[in-house]
Amino acid sequence: MIPLNHYLILSGVLFAIGTAGVFLRRNLITMLLSIEIMLNAVNLTFVAVGRYLGTVDGQIITFFVMTVAAAEAAVGLALVIALFRHRETLSPDAFTALKW
Amino acid sequence: MDFGSLAFYLFAAIAVVASLGVVGQRNPMYSVMLLITSFGALAALYVLLDAPFTAVTQIIIYAGAIMVLFLFVVMLLNVPREEPASGLFATLGARGLRIGAVLSVILGIEVVWALSRLPRGWFAQDAAATSVSSVKLIGTTLFTQHAFAFEATSILILVAMVGAVVIARKGSAS
Repeated sequence: MIPLNHYLILSGVLFAIGTAGVFLRRNLITMLLSIEIMLNAVNLTFVAVGRYLGTVDGQIITFFVMTVAAAEAAVGLALVIALFRHRETLSPDAFTALKW
Repeated sequence: MDFGSLAFYLFAAIAVVASLGVVGQRNPMYSVMLLITSFGALAALYVLLDAPFTAVTQIIIYAGAIMVLFLFVVMLLNVPREEPASGLFATLGARGLRIGAVLSVILGIEVVWALSRLPRGWFAQDAAATSVSSVKLIGTTLFTQHAFAFEATSILILVAMVGAVVIARKGSAS
């Protein structure tokens, strides 16, 4: 038997990995992927706590997080493509100016 | 150790190792593939948590739709390598990166430390607790209690779709 704490610890570790990815990578696509890791860590927490409390609300909010993640990925990747057209690079260092 | 615990540790290890690979990988193509692996392991964990509906949506929406979108963009842009540091990162050097890495390690240690001090919460195994696996129950709750949020989500998707087309359109910058 696995206690709830182990699921929460796994979720915390995954979230920390995602944070490290946003800090360490200098590639816009990998940074978006790291954000997806963080969203999934939060989803795991919701499902585990929902199972612990015996309600389906955890799974329902996970459903909404997935929809928002899909919207975020679509808009984020569109932005990445638009930025790449401008500068021919994916490094976030190239996009420090608000206007050019 | 019973089958459930063994499966949990196996899939937890796969998820963590694959996520570390996503972050440590320099080629975005491999990163996307490893992230799909990580999502598969998480879907298995959802099955262990009596959430088969979430497990299936995880595979279909995340691994199937969102990651394919990422793959398309990675192939479209065709930038297999990360460029060497320039600008702000070059002046900060590796030190700036190290500070970020240390911060996220501290975040992980804090969370694990705080959770390990909590009393252990065991999952109930009676019929009421395992009823969360019912897709019917999820459906009725979603379309009665959360009907407004569901409709708002459809508008969000529509806005995101239009926004993505407008932003990524050729010549939108000029």
